[in-house]
Amino acid sequence: MTAARKKLVLVGNGMAGVRMIEHLLKLNPEGYEITIFGSEPYPNYNRIMLSSVLAGGAKMNEIIINDLEWYHSQGIKLHMGHTVISIDSERRKVYSDKGIVAPYDELILATGSNPFMLSIPGADKEGVIAFRDIKDCQMMQKTAESFKKAIVIGAGLLGLEAARGLLHLGMEVTVVHIHDYIMERQLDEAASIMLRRELEAQGMRFLLHKQSEAILGKKRVKGLLFTDGSTADADLIVMAVGIKPNVELAKKSGVQINRGIIVNDYMETNIPGIFALGECAEHRGIAYGLVAPLYEQGAVLAKRLAGVKVEGYTGSVTSTKLKVSGVDVFSAGQFAEPAGSRSLRYQDEIEGVYKKLVIQDDVLIGAVLFGDTGDGAGLFSIIKNKESVKGREKELLLGISADVLSSTQGNRLEAMPDDEIICGCNGVSKGTIAEAIGSGGCNSVGQIKACTKASASCGGCKPLVEGLLQLYAGDSVTVVKEGICGCTTLNRDEIVSEIKRMKLMTVKEVMNVLEWGQEEGCAKCRPSLNYYLGMLWPEDYVDEKESRYTNERYHANIQKDGTYSVVPRIYGGVTSPSELKKIAEVAEKFDVPMVKFTGGQRLDLLGVKKEDLPKMWEELDMPSGHAYGKTLRTVKTCVGSTFCRFGTQDSISMGITLEKQFERLNTPGKVKLAVSGCPRNCAEATIKDFGVVAIDGGWELHIGGNGGVHVRATDLLCVVKTEDEVVEWASAFLQYYREEAGWNERTAHWVERVGVDSIKKALESREERLALKGRIETVLSRTTDPWKQIINESELRKNFETIT
Amino acid sequence: MTKKLVGKVTDIDTRGSRTFIVNDMEIALFRLSDGEVLAVENKCPHKGGALSEGMVCGTKVHCPLHDWKIDLHSGVAMDPDKGCINTFEVEVDPNSGSIYVTI
Repeated sequence: MTAARKKLVLVGNGMAGVRMIEHLLKLNPEGYEITIFGSEPYPNYNRIMLSSVLAGGAKMNEIIINDLEWYHSQGIKLHMGHTVISIDSERRKVYSDKGIVAPYDELILATGSNPFMLSIPGADKEGVIAFRDIKDCQMMQKTAESFKKAIVIGAGLLGLEAARGLLHLGMEVTVVHIHDYIMERQLDEAASIMLRRELEAQGMRFLLHKQSEAILGKKRVKGLLFTDGSTADADLIVMAVGIKPNVELAKKSGVQINRGIIVNDYMETNIPGIFALGECAEHRGIAYGLVAPLYEQGAVLAKRLAGVKVEGYTGSVTSTKLKVSGVDVFSAGQFAEPAGSRSLRYQDEIEGVYKKLVIQDDVLIGAVLFGDTGDGAGLFSIIKNKESVKGREKELLLGISADVLSSTQGNRLEAMPDDEIICGCNGVSKGTIAEAIGSGGCNSVGQIKACTKASASCGGCKPLVEGLLQLYAGDSVTVVKEGICGCTTLNRDEIVSEIKRMKLMTVKEVMNVLEWGQEEGCAKCRPSLNYYLGMLWPEDYVDEKESRYTNERYHANIQKDGTYSVVPRIYGGVTSPSELKKIAEVAEKFDVPMVKFTGGQRLDLLGVKKEDLPKMWEELDMPSGHAYGKTLRTVKTCVGSTFCRFGTQDSISMGITLEKQFERLNTPGKVKLAVSGCPRNCAEATIKDFGVVAIDGGWELHIGGNGGVHVRATDLLCVVKTEDEVVEWASAFLQYYREEAGWNERTAHWVERVGVDSIKKALESREERLALKGRIETVLSRTTDPWKQIINESELRKNFETIT
Repeated sequence: MTKKLVGKVTDIDTRGSRTFIVNDMEIALFRLSDGEVLAVENKCPHKGGALSEGMVCGTKVHCPLHDWKIDLHSGVAMDPDKGCINTFEVEVDPNSGSIYVTI
């Protein structure tokens, strides 16, 4: 068991390298003894947030991604403030400037990049800096205390963010740019001019088409001289003209370089045992300076090092966003209209909105958004997918108009008395909502929700709330793009596609990279991210129990008085006298106040004290019935051909087979199945998520039924002949639902949303069904019984007991 | 007011909680992501839900019954809900990890 761990040395304690290590630790926690060298005297921090620190939106300690405790708990040896100065690739050792020698089996170079400094006379004067790390940030803050005038050279992304930060610090800021218009690498001229106007309104000054010749001043900078002979005064000059990969160490050590360290699709350099990734690496001629590509590279390298099969990295399509308060700019792909492309533009100078889409051969290849970037993530995913946009170009440009509510509903809402309850879950009346819109000034559903709680629980009344909004706010309604919760504006599909693209592996990472509004999310997004990650990475993701709802953490249903209810698994609803006796004895022993049959033909022991749960499970010695989770609940059955004179097939054994097959499966919402032995349908299979009805010589398969708040009868999916086919279709349907539906979306809503035909089409080919079945089997092979696990592990069991 | 030793930091999972009873009052101890330990009365101001069973997000806990959000530092319910619960002073011995609650 205790095979010697291989030695892994990481040079560079930045986002790319450490992120890769996190990934590796998940895939193969025991494989390596890890040493990290970092030149900066800090643990791993989020460099993209530096501009927020400078602009006052975040504090320095808030941008730390992994604190020192994390390195310690992962057993990583960290040398902060150490620069690696040489590599001996023959003996496989690295040397730091402070005399540390570290041997390695695998060496990762993640040395990042350095700011590109203009080599003009005077560039070494005091007060000339770059904008790259915490040190630069601190220098700007300090300078702003005693000086007034700042010049930023370079009006790219970084330069403008630096300039905005300096404005925030109270300095007079002039941005100098060599080009005629700003951010020319991300924006076309129209968007650029709108951006400049907006920034000028914020107080920034621009000197365009100016080339710097020399920095003036004796010891400290005094000003800047341009090639046209003019000058500008400055107490601080920030150079933000680009970055260059930091390849010094690699170059000295014989690693092949061009602009960056040359790597192949597996991030290997020309020297065995030495890899490179992130901003220092050059892959297929490109050295990336953005976070998404380096995450994609890290995911490939982590798998490579963990010995997991992986397809190589093939490059990234990138998008950029400007992080400057009050200005929304987004750009992706080829915005400059290459030959043969067409473009669509929307420009509104009054509202300050500009949109441009570039299309080639019916495929979206680039987009620029200014003023309203809500569609950015959606457009970006269309660019990456290379799907045809034929016929919906205008819809993409203008955005999908919000559903206009019919006038009949408007009349009905108008006539409704003020005290009528709109939101039944939270008891919010029409009057309360009207008041929130009127005197409260709410003009979006989100604001009404935050203000009154209407539509904050089950969401069933949302159409009514929207109707009232339309009625009372009329023209001032703002259609806000709603994300999965208040922490993000991204919707389910955008989040899932970003997780896939960047191979994000933890809830924290998703929130970090996708810029969540709340650092630790909320009770809505946390469980959904936990679900999506588990669904996407069934073999690698470690379920985060603290992101699960109470019932799923304690594996029993919480009741209003804090007691719980226990439902043991009874396959197909068939039990035996001895099993019944056992349940009865346990119920008596623990003074269970009520024993009740559930709607799904199971026994519910209600009113159990939390501390009794593990003991009860132990004495029951039965599997958990999962009556509390977003998972397969029960498979209800009728008697079928076993006893019934009408039964055409053995519904009991079919039900038991299905329940055993899908037991413990995690799903977006709870899932109920039923099997009826004949078309009389005594098991009520046509109001279940997946219903099976036996007919003479076969089985009807039904989907999308619900007996809950909104009763919905199923749609017929197909008719099959054999039991194996029932299992095959059920597997394919459930897996397709797992992969496509939003978290907390029951099959009934999902089927209505996407249409039953789209599901039929997706499951039509046998090959696709078997692929889906294969994926669900992978998931199912990794489940364990939670009750048994808690009984056996004291670390889990302690949470059921009081602390003293 | 008495200072009471109630356990060790390691007894509580990160973003988890444990409870204890003093003078018929149930108190919930929470351990936040940054290691801080906080103590509040284990009773949501809304319908008395056991906050100890809720999801911990940052410095707030979501009540498991109706999703009220309570700030664990102040005991105050977040908008649009109104209400407040008792909070208790917590001291953690940095060497031993022992938790002391003043009640």
